[in-house]
Amino acid sequence: MSAITEKQHPGFYAIIVMLVLMAVGPIVLMFVNSFKLDVDIISGTSGLFFLPTIQNYETALCDVLPYEIEHLDFCSLKFGGAFINSLIIALVSTALTLVIGCMAAYALVRFKFMGRDTVSGSTLMVRMVPPAVLLVPVFGLWNNEFCISKASWFGSWVREEFGGRGDLCLAGTHSGIILIYVAMNLPFVIWILQSFIVQVPRQLEEAARMDGAGPFQVFFKVVLPLIKPGLAAAAIFTFRIAWNEYLLASALSDRDTKTVPILIVNNMSEFNVEWGVIMATGMLLAIPPIIFTLFASRQIITGMTAGAVKG
Amino acid sequence: MSTATFNRLTPYIFLAPALIIMALALLYPLGYMVFGSFRDWDPSQSLGESTYVGFANYITLWSDPSFRESVGVTLKFAVSVVCIEMVLGVGLALLLDRKLRGMSILRTLFILPMMIAPVVVGLVWRYMYHPTVGIFNNSLKSVGLESVDWLGQHALVSIIIADVWQWTPFIFILSLAALQSLPRSALEAARIDGATGWQQIVHIKIPLMMPVLIVTGLLRLIDAFKVLEVILVMTEGGPGLSTEILALRISRTATEFRELGVAAAMSNYLLMILLLVTIIMLVYNRIQEYRAARAIRAIEEEL
Repeated sequence: MSAITEKQHPGFYAIIVMLVLMAVGPIVLMFVNSFKLDVDIISGTSGLFFLPTIQNYETALCDVLPYEIEHLDFCSLKFGGAFINSLIIALVSTALTLVIGCMAAYALVRFKFMGRDTVSGSTLMVRMVPPAVLLVPVFGLWNNEFCISKASWFGSWVREEFGGRGDLCLAGTHSGIILIYVAMNLPFVIWILQSFIVQVPRQLEEAARMDGAGPFQVFFKVVLPLIKPGLAAAAIFTFRIAWNEYLLASALSDRDTKTVPILIVNNMSEFNVEWGVIMATGMLLAIPPIIFTLFASRQIITGMTAGAVKG
Repeated sequence: MSTATFNRLTPYIFLAPALIIMALALLYPLGYMVFGSFRDWDPSQSLGESTYVGFANYITLWSDPSFRESVGVTLKFAVSVVCIEMVLGVGLALLLDRKLRGMSILRTLFILPMMIAPVVVGLVWRYMYHPTVGIFNNSLKSVGLESVDWLGQHALVSIIIADVWQWTPFIFILSLAALQSLPRSALEAARIDGATGWQQIVHIKIPLMMPVLIVTGLLRLIDAFKVLEVILVMTEGGPGLSTEILALRISRTATEFRELGVAAAMSNYLLMILLLVTIIMLVYNRIQEYRAARAIRAIEEEL
């Protein structure tokens, strides 16, 4: 029998240290390099002997920083704007997915619409569909079909107020990108919330109903507070996908609605990569997920394992 | 409206938004894609303006050598990535399945790679693989070895390594969870009967974990077909077509070559491959689950 505080072989600790180094090494490398000048990165003065600078971050955020940046005469990277776009899209789509998904999950559990198998089956089906497969139809639909004619009263009003030409289409708007993210994430969110709602004791709801609460009140005041851990897991997963996604956003966004991943890819494909600045933008994009991971790893692991283990 | 009818309608009101959004933004697009794959479709046209070409898109693709190569690359990538990650992840889980003090910190650090954006992962690895600046070649040089042309000659291997780095923790965490929920009685019985550590792993732990491992492998395999951003940033599908996986090819056909019909047909091929893989794995899983249940029963009867 193994005791609680087992004495481990020293080689075992060596393996663990190596694993940790391998897991976080590349991220730390990016973090360190984002504070280096390009000269330092290219000359390969490896290690930690360099003068840290925040110049790269200043270059990246030049369009939102309130002060003039002296090392830069022209602000070419519109990173700040993209960052704001990313935030709007990720936050709104997460909020919408949670609210809608929560309501649907509740209805499915309490009113016994479909069995759990149907829901987990459709979750798997949706998970099977790669974003690349959605690219073509979504591009076509958002550009050509999901439009309001400029001849209608709303269309003509918007065109008069905000300018622009052609019909009003979903493509190129924040809402267009948000819609596809919400749809993509809904099955997973419904499914994971369902497994939490099942555990809420029925008597609690009935007691509230006896006290005269309507179905909406029961839902918001009794059920929601009890499934907070599930909500947190679902929120992190949705946010992560909406925040990190590149392909669909690149097909649906226009000049003003570009998100951060698009900006990074566009700057990478140029011939002469400015490593320092790119690393800084990458770091900025990575920071929110890293923060979530550090503070809510338990919820993330719950969400991840629920996928396979509970099946 | 009376309260009673309102209460009766509540479930429908609760379900409606989710159903409408999924029908509008998932089902309808998928149907639209199937419809579009039979047409000669240009991004400037709406689907109604395009001409019907029957199975022409599918037939051209079937005999297109670069499409076939792309399918080959995708399969090679997905299969090798899943195999390597399964072996490493399960191995690590078996190794680290002990009472360790910092286990939760360890798990937190391990999930970092899969939380950060694929675009950023690609960016970091592209930097590390860089022929002159990158850390790999610099280290090789400093110990006097020849530098390796990571993203050129060995591009496929390089992207596989990057993916293994990002996703092995996923397998590790799931198999660790599976390991820790194994029935204690079976393990104890084996220990009393004098099974060595290795025998326990091969004859008890792995067979009992099998259902979970299969689902995990399936999820990972499905995701491996979706990988796009990492490869796009690292190699852009090159050199040549050596790393152009199907997802990347679809997006390039749609955006660069502007052949939406062909891209839609390609998407359908990809979906069919995925569907096939899923069905096979699910059927296999059912069989394994049945066997595992029987194994547990047999062990319990022996007790």
